[in-house]
Amino acid sequence: MSRPAGRKQENHKISRELFVLTYGALVAQLCKDYEKDEDVNSCLDRMGHSIGVRLIDDFLARSAVKKCRSYSETAEMIAQVAFKMYLGVTPSVTCSSPAGNEFSLILDKNPLVDFVEELPAERASLCYCNLLCGVIRGALEMVHLAAEVTFLQDRLKGDPVTEIGITFLRKAEDRKHKRN
Amino acid sequence: MADEALFLLLHNEMVAGLYRAAEQGEGENGRCTTKLESMGFRVGQGLIERFTKDTARFKDELDIMKFICKDFWTTVFKKQIDNLRTNHQGIYVLQDNKFRLLTQISAGKQYLEHAPKYLAFTCGLIRGGLSNLGIKSIVTAEVSSMPACK
Repeated sequence: MSRPAGRKQENHKISRELFVLTYGALVAQLCKDYEKDEDVNSCLDRMGHSIGVRLIDDFLARSAVKKCRSYSETAEMIAQVAFKMYLGVTPSVTCSSPAGNEFSLILDKNPLVDFVEELPAERASLCYCNLLCGVIRGALEMVHLAAEVTFLQDRLKGDPVTEIGITFLRKAEDRKHKRN
Repeated sequence: MADEALFLLLHNEMVAGLYRAAEQGEGENGRCTTKLESMGFRVGQGLIERFTKDTARFKDELDIMKFICKDFWTTVFKKQIDNLRTNHQGIYVLQDNKFRLLTQISAGKQYLEHAPKYLAFTCGLIRGGLSNLGIKSIVTAEVSSMPACK
């Protein structure tokens, strides 16, 4: 079955739109079920965590990357390989602490909010993309890296860019003991 | 493509999450299925709009069903529907022998009682798509042996 190349691009786009639309419907449903924003946020985070612990297997199988030797390599891997593979965007990575365990991923284009114009007034503290934080946290946990992941800036709330902050909680020396 | 894995995982999480919440609350299974179906409905409406932006007008109902079986199903589930039957009086049966959302669950009769949960979203998806194409419908699903479903 031969298809013109243009159609294939469209199909990829539609698959991604399916995911984005499904995510939107999920958030809308959660907003209906829970009144408080914190509940919705924590629910999204929990779901993201479960997705992350499974997604890491898929990621490692598809990308066959070598072991990361430092936190900054890990952050780069997440930004340049994982985000590109699953969401089609490449955030830029900056290190925001001299100790080398805090990083920021800056997304100027967030595909999850493609169809969202703005948050409704009564949901001002909703973290729409909290799922992403959960996913990153869950995935890192599965490779034995404890981390805290939060949104530092969010375009939906009026900030210029979307910024995700990753703080690794354990020291780099512990990793010497791990063998593949 | 990698997007598939993401959608599969998200879908499974949604089903699990909604049912977990229901268990802690009133414990009404029927409501969860309705919620999943209505989510699928919203997504189906939006998706079919984006998808049929540039395609030609459909001649009749059968044409629409064929579109759903071929193009729509291929884009969403990366394969076509294996069998389409109709009685030409408004009832269509779409059979998929290797339904993507069920392949990971089991390959036979195990966990059969959980299968309907995973089909609710897709039923809503089809109903939403058809509704935006101008057809009012009722969509039900039947699983006799995973991963095939009708």
